[in-house]
Amino acid sequence: MPLGYIGKRLAMAIPTLFGVAVVVFVLLRVVPGDPIAMMLPPGARADDIERLRALYGLNHPIVEQFGRWLLDLVTGNFGTSISLHQGVFGLIMSRLPATLELALAALVVATAAGVLFGVAAAYWRGRWPEVAVDALTGLGMAIPDFLWALLLVLALGVLLPVLPISGRIDPRTEISFVTEFYLAESFVRGEFAVAGSLLAHMVLPVAALALPLTAAISRILKGAINEAMSQDYILMARVKGFSKARIVWREALRNALVPAVTLSGVQFTFLIGGTVLVERIFGYPGIGNMAIGAVIDRDLPLIQGIVLIFAVLFIVVNLLVDMTYVAINPRIRHG
Amino acid sequence: MADVAQWPAVLRNGRALLGLFVFLLLFLVAAAAPLLAPHDPLEQDLVNSFLPPFWRPDADPQFLFGTDSLGRDIFSRLIYGARIAFIVAVVAASLVCVLGTMLGLLSGYYGGWIDTGISRLVDVWMSFPPVLLSIVLAAVIGAGLQAVIIAIVVVDWTRFCRIVRAEVLVQREQDYVTAALTMGLGRPHIMLREILPNILPTLAVLYSLEMGIAIIVEAILSFVGLSVASDAPTWGGLIQEGRLYINQAWWLLALPVGCIIVTVLGLNALGDGLRESLDPVLRR
Repeated sequence: MPLGYIGKRLAMAIPTLFGVAVVVFVLLRVVPGDPIAMMLPPGARADDIERLRALYGLNHPIVEQFGRWLLDLVTGNFGTSISLHQGVFGLIMSRLPATLELALAALVVATAAGVLFGVAAAYWRGRWPEVAVDALTGLGMAIPDFLWALLLVLALGVLLPVLPISGRIDPRTEISFVTEFYLAESFVRGEFAVAGSLLAHMVLPVAALALPLTAAISRILKGAINEAMSQDYILMARVKGFSKARIVWREALRNALVPAVTLSGVQFTFLIGGTVLVERIFGYPGIGNMAIGAVIDRDLPLIQGIVLIFAVLFIVVNLLVDMTYVAINPRIRHG
Repeated sequence: MADVAQWPAVLRNGRALLGLFVFLLLFLVAAAAPLLAPHDPLEQDLVNSFLPPFWRPDADPQFLFGTDSLGRDIFSRLIYGARIAFIVAVVAASLVCVLGTMLGLLSGYYGGWIDTGISRLVDVWMSFPPVLLSIVLAAVIGAGLQAVIIAIVVVDWTRFCRIVRAEVLVQREQDYVTAALTMGLGRPHIMLREILPNILPTLAVLYSLEMGIAIIVEAILSFVGLSVASDAPTWGGLIQEGRLYINQAWWLLALPVGCIIVTVLGLNALGDGLRESLDPVLRR
């Protein structure tokens, strides 16, 4: 992969990050007029308000406040959570692994299922598998993860109660984890019963997150494979007498992957955003769930920290998608 | 892209018709809510709480879908919920459309530093998860229908802006724009009177999809407790209440979820149908 391109892409991310910081600052510090009013109960005494203003540096000019705040961010100082009385950065880092495990599991499931459905629809073009896949992708893309989560709770949690609908792990599990990556750690340590409990709790939230992405991947892939199938090199492969399965899987799919990766990368950022509500609905202890708790508690430093972390995640994912695109597309040579 | 003279084609498209039907139904239910609802949606009757819906043998025929924890009639609450959903859908989608289209037109047509500025702004905006951003915004602005609508507009204008910009970039190179320039028409005139009518089909598609998104966002904000007053009957608020009693009365959750899904699928079908019938490439 050309290093110059990566450098350029990284350089482009910096003004975006700066813009993100400005928006968060304006949104949470300037727009409500007085963030202290958000934090204090109504009827607080005037000297209390003054003390808190000084504590948060709100008695300085606005540009100076922004400069100090930005400097704090760069040095990893995200402030202290008002409701949880702990450092915001530490709180986020302790919850982020749970969200990452959930999002990555959903990505893996969605990619596998999406490729399978997409290839099936292209392979049996004009027959019932294509019709079925089209109907499923239509539903999958129209209904957002929030509603899928509620439907899954109803269907598999209540009407046919086969799966847990709340939490990350069976509360009776007696094991102390060294890291916050419970699933990865339980596999590494060979604790398969624990891993089983973790996985059972993940099935429904992962399904809710993965459904829209699965639908998007299979639809894009189907179109891309169909387009690839009309190219000359496919005709060549046919003339050579390769089987249809080989042509679809080995030749067409490889070329169809390029547009599929780009578009599903965008969809993956939607998936990360979707963790906010899905975690809330399933009581899953990740940063998304913490974000809604922070909003309900009016915990300004924590809200700021989480919004920033999500924005950084988005930018990083977009960067990775771009790089994958360059890596798998031999025709593109960015300077 | 498409010819406005092709509008009647919409009426021959099955999906567009289905979507139009759902939209009109939503409008009628919203407009006639006081006539349709058998009870006051806020009227509490603690003696008659948790009445079962009509398919249960012990149902009370007075309450079609039963009652909630405070004895309020679910059917009436769903009907009044349609009212809020409709208002949010139309008002928010219209404002999003106006703001996003204006910025997209300016960005695509004028180019230069205007384009750079707006595009950078879109980049920054797209770096936030939309759901989280609207939740935070609604929390900052304060509860109420107005806050919900502002939150949707502030978050979603990029959807229109990006697509309109791309569309204008294509239109700008067409012969009719060159002709208009040669005739000496001013740039604002060309932008609004020549280019804008040509992107109307795209806007119609985006608008119908945006109505669905607005309904979902309103439901999400009610669900988190940030929408209109907590006792007001919104579909999202009903979902939040229903979730609390999911093991005793699953229909309290299923009914509002069903309402949202039917509406959103309808609006999506309308968007897809419009795309199919207005886009000459797809129509062929």
